[in-house]
Amino acid sequence: MDILLQQIVNGLTLGSIYALVALGYTMVYGILGLINFAHGEVVMVGALSSLTVIRPLAASGLPGPVVMLIGLAFAALVCMALGFSIERVAYRPLRNAPRLAPLITAIGVSIVLQQLAMLIWGRSYHSVPELLPNDPHDFFGASITEVQIVIIVVAAATMAGLMLLVNRTRLGRAMRATAENPAIAGLMGVDANRVISMTFVIGSALAALAGVLISANYGIAHYHMGFILGLKAFTAAVLGGIGNLAGAMVGGILLGIIEALGAGYIGDLTGGVLGSSYQDVFAFFVLIVVLIFRPSGLMGEKVAERA
Amino acid sequence: MTVLLEARRVSKHFGGVQALKDVSLSINAGEIYGLIGPNGAGKTTFFNVLTGLYRRDGGEVVFGGTPLRLSSPHQVAQAGIARTFQNIRLFANMTALENVMVGRHLRTRAGVIGAVVRGRGTRAEEAAIRTRAQQLLHYVGIGDSANRVARHLSYGDQRRLEIARALATDPKLLALDEPAAGMNATETAALKTLIEGLRADGLTVLLIEHDVRLVMGLCDRVAVLDYGEKIAEDIPANVQQDPTVIGAYLGGAA
Amino acid sequence: MPNALRKPWVGIALIAAVLVVAPLAVGASLGNAWVRVLDFAALYVMLALGLNIVVGFAGLLDLGYIAFYAVGAYLYALLCSPHFGIHWPVWAVLPLGALVAGIFGVLLGAPTLRLRGDYLAIVTLGFGEIIRIFLNNLNTPVNITNGPQGIARIDPITLFGQPLSRPLEFLGVGFSGVMLYYYLFVVLALGIVFVGIRLQDSRIGRAWVAIREDEVAAKACGINTRNVKLLAFAMGASFGGISGGLFAGFQEFVSPESFSLLESVMVLCMVVLGGMGHIPGVILGGLLLTILPEIFRQGAGPLQQALFGTVVLDPEALRMLLFGLALIAVMLYRPAGLWPEPRHRSEYKQ
Repeated sequence: MDILLQQIVNGLTLGSIYALVALGYTMVYGILGLINFAHGEVVMVGALSSLTVIRPLAASGLPGPVVMLIGLAFAALVCMALGFSIERVAYRPLRNAPRLAPLITAIGVSIVLQQLAMLIWGRSYHSVPELLPNDPHDFFGASITEVQIVIIVVAAATMAGLMLLVNRTRLGRAMRATAENPAIAGLMGVDANRVISMTFVIGSALAALAGVLISANYGIAHYHMGFILGLKAFTAAVLGGIGNLAGAMVGGILLGIIEALGAGYIGDLTGGVLGSSYQDVFAFFVLIVVLIFRPSGLMGEKVAERA
Repeated sequence: MTVLLEARRVSKHFGGVQALKDVSLSINAGEIYGLIGPNGAGKTTFFNVLTGLYRRDGGEVVFGGTPLRLSSPHQVAQAGIARTFQNIRLFANMTALENVMVGRHLRTRAGVIGAVVRGRGTRAEEAAIRTRAQQLLHYVGIGDSANRVARHLSYGDQRRLEIARALATDPKLLALDEPAAGMNATETAALKTLIEGLRADGLTVLLIEHDVRLVMGLCDRVAVLDYGEKIAEDIPANVQQDPTVIGAYLGGAA
Repeated sequence: MPNALRKPWVGIALIAAVLVVAPLAVGASLGNAWVRVLDFAALYVMLALGLNIVVGFAGLLDLGYIAFYAVGAYLYALLCSPHFGIHWPVWAVLPLGALVAGIFGVLLGAPTLRLRGDYLAIVTLGFGEIIRIFLNNLNTPVNITNGPQGIARIDPITLFGQPLSRPLEFLGVGFSGVMLYYYLFVVLALGIVFVGIRLQDSRIGRAWVAIREDEVAAKACGINTRNVKLLAFAMGASFGGISGGLFAGFQEFVSPESFSLLESVMVLCMVVLGGMGHIPGVILGGLLLTILPEIFRQGAGPLQQALFGTVVLDPEALRMLLFGLALIAVMLYRPAGLWPEPRHRSEYKQ
């Protein structure tokens, strides 16, 4: 088996999911300049709430893809409502507050969501029913499962759809205008509050999708899965240049591949001194290096300090 | 007459836009030198290049006989150029006195150990900082507002505070970026008196200003920038008659 | 209020009396477990004051602060335990921990401090995680940190030949180990308060605040912002390093678990919730966030028993849930913190 190709396939799968989550961070950051710390937890809620629907339906014998779609739809609704409420309750009242205040409420929201999820779904790891055939296909010497194919294709299609939405629709134009300059956009008749709400709703829908996909990929979901995933996705967003949609996608996929390659080769590279348990180090290490040499990320615009 | 600052063929571009094209000018010690031009002519860019906020792409700057290398803002301040900002940049939550005390940072020494131990030397230095800051507040005419938080001062007083803070760095050249912007006639007149006082006390002043009447009435010499190039440099009376300058302004207005 | 109480020394004497008597009273009434909570409160106050220099004074958002605590703790653990069979004198290792943590602070800060605020936050967060992952995994191929099991049987802190872990009878009063540690921690915390106050009202402190308020203007005033920020980072880190060493000696055990991101977040919350940049506020934040959750943890179970006859909700989960809700509520109603610096109070209203 070709290890290099295999790691790239794995990395692409993981990276597609990072990219979906990273988009949520980057859209909010682009418009509000805020790190939506709770976004990772929204992914977790997406994964677990879809599971609530998927479990009984899967047992009823409906075809797997249908069950998955229903689960996804349910999760998307839950997450969209959640994202909308988070913005209204925890961020909107603080729009002109000191910079750290919304960050603290975001941390608060994230803790609350985690604990609520633990109370609702329990502490244990939930296994996710296999809805898609998980047989490996040979792909130039590497193996790729149908789940992986679905993840990559669905993520790519969703991102293409998002690009269309942002670049071709009225809402997209309003979003870009608000990101550029909320005050001026407001003068031009854009309802900034509505745009911001929509941004959260769209980002949360993507998060729900990511949650469903990642739990399908690993076959497992639990109440604290959102945290590290959110962290990685935020890293991906920064890597690509935060505020930049294409950057989030590139950053996500790149991070996924770097991690997979890192995990695959770190042992050989260091003569066995460092093992694959250092996978997470890779992500942060890359982040730090990129930020030092290209502080605005790979695709970010250089922002000159205004005098 | 000695030259204090000489800029030779200074250039700066942002992406494809040439913001400054081979700008050369020289400022004599003890004069008030005006820099004017239509909107977007490159005045503030020149300021930011001069004070190290932007890195120039070409040319050189000689200050007090020594070349200013491509240096950061604090090194420029160290060399003796202090500035104010077009859209006032004070330390908004510090008092007026503290703002000026920050300006003394450069000319004082106390470090962490001094701060914690607070020995005789540190105490003396701290007292000197305070006294000097208070003097400067009086000098610019806001001595009574020493303990007010900067953001609560009136607009005109904030401008004065910014000048006091700049003076606290013991500059040889004070660069003022549109100090009269947003001021009413009374405030502008008071500002004019203040700047004339600075010159009388031996300071050299570089003044960017939109208010042409203020510039003409105050400056010893004036340079005009248009599209990043210097199109004139002379005494105010001559600049006012210069057909190129008149053309630039009318063209800019059209 | 009687006039005498307005004199500062009366207030100081009162606070001193409370600080001296507190562990004895708490120990006698609630037991040594609660004195232990006070010990931790003092440790967290030290940490919060250290982070306050970085976040509160200089305005640099550090989300990986606990890493410096970890550096101090592990340094102590390695140099004063049977793990390597090294038993250096404790009072040499504690300052060394401050120094090493400070160096880590500079190493992290030097390349990253020119980043914009939020980027700095994420880099420091990443750094915190990296340190924790290394602590977790540096048991192979050479066993340095003993991995997730952590390092045990660490030497206790000794003072004048008396290990603070051992009870002591003094003037007929019995002091338990946790009480002795309490006095040490309180004295050191007061020392850090003193340093913090002195720094705040100094040339360096003004430069920090100037950078926080407007970095460009600070540069134009001739402040070498890079160095001054590094100094804040190093100072904050070394306070973290000392606290970490104390923690290791006090617990006689360290493991990577104690240095998770949640701990960094907790310390940051103490600073912000209390009132960034305002030392009394930060102390209040540190005390509240250590003691209240503990009261809750101890009280929630029995309370539910009494009310419902059974424990309906896991007290631990309930505690975290309320912590999260409290963070949101405090920020919504007091965005500048519970006890902000007086002059910042109106900041939000404008």
